[in-house]
Amino acid sequence: MSKPTALVAMSGGVDSSVAAATMRDAGYDVVGVTLKLWGGDQDSGCCSVSDVEDARRVAAQLDIPHYVFNYTAEFDRDVVDPFVEAYGAGRTPNPCVECNRHLKFGALFERADELGFEVVATGHHAQVVADGSRYRLMRGADAAKDQSYVLYMLGQRELARTRLPIGHMTKAEVRAAADRLGLRTATKAESMDVCFVKRGQRREFVTDRLGARPGKIVDVTGDELGEHDGVAMFTVGQRRGVGVAAGERRYVVDVDAATATVTLGRKSDLLRDEVRVHDWCWVDEVPSPDRVVWAQPRAHGETFAARVDGDRILALAPVARVAPGQVVAVYDGDELLGGAIAS
Amino acid sequence: MPYLDHAASSPMRAGAIVALLPYLEDQFANPSGGHAASRKAKTALEEARETVAQEMGARPREIVFTGGGTEADNLAVRGGALAARAAGRGHRVITTAVEHKAVLAPARRLAHEGFEVVEVGVDHDGRLDLDAFTRVCNDDTALVSVMLVNNEVGTVQPLAEVIEITRRQAPHAVVHTDAVQAVPWLDTRAATLGCDLVSISAHKFGGPKGAGVLVVREGVDLVPLIEGGGQEFGLRGGTVNVAGAVGTATALAENNARREHDVPRVAARRDRFVAAITDRVPGSRGNGFGAPKIAGNAHMSFEGINAEALLVLLDRGGVYATAGSACSSGAIESSHVLAAMGMSEAEARSSVRFSLGHTTSDADIDASIDVVVAAVEQMRSVVKTR
Repeated sequence: MSKPTALVAMSGGVDSSVAAATMRDAGYDVVGVTLKLWGGDQDSGCCSVSDVEDARRVAAQLDIPHYVFNYTAEFDRDVVDPFVEAYGAGRTPNPCVECNRHLKFGALFERADELGFEVVATGHHAQVVADGSRYRLMRGADAAKDQSYVLYMLGQRELARTRLPIGHMTKAEVRAAADRLGLRTATKAESMDVCFVKRGQRREFVTDRLGARPGKIVDVTGDELGEHDGVAMFTVGQRRGVGVAAGERRYVVDVDAATATVTLGRKSDLLRDEVRVHDWCWVDEVPSPDRVVWAQPRAHGETFAARVDGDRILALAPVARVAPGQVVAVYDGDELLGGAIAS
Repeated sequence: MPYLDHAASSPMRAGAIVALLPYLEDQFANPSGGHAASRKAKTALEEARETVAQEMGARPREIVFTGGGTEADNLAVRGGALAARAAGRGHRVITTAVEHKAVLAPARRLAHEGFEVVEVGVDHDGRLDLDAFTRVCNDDTALVSVMLVNNEVGTVQPLAEVIEITRRQAPHAVVHTDAVQAVPWLDTRAATLGCDLVSISAHKFGGPKGAGVLVVREGVDLVPLIEGGGQEFGLRGGTVNVAGAVGTATALAENNARREHDVPRVAARRDRFVAAITDRVPGSRGNGFGAPKIAGNAHMSFEGINAEALLVLLDRGGVYATAGSACSSGAIESSHVLAAMGMSEAEARSSVRFSLGHTTSDADIDASIDVVVAAVEQMRSVVKTR
């Protein structure tokens, strides 16, 4: 009998390198692919020439074929343009989530279908657990590296064909495995930033494309505190760098793109009893409104107890306002139930 | 394994390997030295130069060994334009929209340096629009660079007409042709008659990689791009790659001696390949067949099929082909050649270049046809669910 086939997304980092090795050792007929997402030959970010080269070399070491798929047009359309548009509209987008939704678990899954591959594997720190005929998505074993949040959009159809072979390992174990295999990526530094924006240049990236529209900074009573160069540099909940001297700590409590107005307030001005959301994705069943779940409004951050009622996440105790555009993932313990985008 | 990527690189001819090995072994000396060991290397180099000259219809003094076809193109385009400017012979550089990047990139750089660069378009088969060329070829033209054979679709350009029009309308211009893809298929000596500058690349005709030639007709001025010890008549500094030159010369002579025998056989195999696939794969077609085309090229489009994905299945089936042009990351970029031919982005993305060579057998063709048919069927069997 021929081996089951697996397409493994290899970014050139250590996690996906070990994911590919693990799939191979588990008996799959593995093909490694690197997605070229961002144009040009610049040598920074997740899709640079040197990262592709790392992926290619690891694949060669593992003796598996490796291909580069060019998804730059799709990435522009589905990730970069919406990213720019969101900041221009005063929202805070999550491009890694959109990349997973449209590219890694969208276009790449379609490609796997076309090529007749049975499963797709990635190096995400999360775990797919089969439970009878259903699949559950659990946090990665390494709590500090857990990436289940950015996979909240995966439903049963995707999970049935998704393998996350390093999700049960800690980062240290992944590095140790890479070292044991002699992979050149064993000690490679992690990429943390948005791959297509140079560190600290988000504002320039957005304003280069949208132009800057200066506006006013006001307090919660509407009194003017100062001016700003464009709403793209502000995120609800942000504290640092608001550019206004004040006696006490001020937070961005609202960004109104229509009038280019940024409102600052005290931490207490951010508190809300609920988070309005849209576009729910559920891994399986929708939790009933009386079930207490744990909502997580950031990729790596704390959760708060809540109940889900339609487009509202009702917090059991007041929580800081979630920036519009951010994902709120909902968990029960370590199990991800689903998620939605804050309105 | 059917290797159908000869236009990317062709296997070395056995004679060329045998001929060049001694210059990697005991005859390793620098040909520029003054002792007996150097003299041997120098003799081999000059004999190689004479062979290449004879095969190209040139004099030995007109043969400049380079580090490959791209370097030869750069030396011709940039070196030719800079020399023309120095002599006050015009500002216009005319080339085509379907040139290899080895010509387009230096031409576009010249556009940033005060030259007026014109890229003339082509028809649906990739053949140069001679009327448009005639209109832009004026007496301010310093350099004309028109490839002899296109690398993607195999179209043969009307070079003789280009030369004739240029001589009539742009008496100061030098004419360059990138003949890199022509050598295995055409009588390059006859086809480049009257050209001032001709680039060839050894690994496209059975020689080693990293070795090329620029034929520089006597009296044609070039500004060197690589300067050093004055080698290659001052046009290309650096110790000459003697083994490369010997391999180039041997492969070229062997290629030319075998060409008339090989070409009809390859053409028949290519025609059989294209006919079988268009017959068995609905929505498939050959490209560039409405114009003169080299025997080794089978460029094909498959309606609704993503070439990037198709190439994976072909690779897994042991058929090696290519699409578009690969950037430094290895990703396939959409082809400027197909765009210039008027293809839509979708059509271009569904196109694959199969290129045959003198080692391609009937069995290779049979196996490839089956793999291509099965691969397209696999891709079309998937119901798009998104």
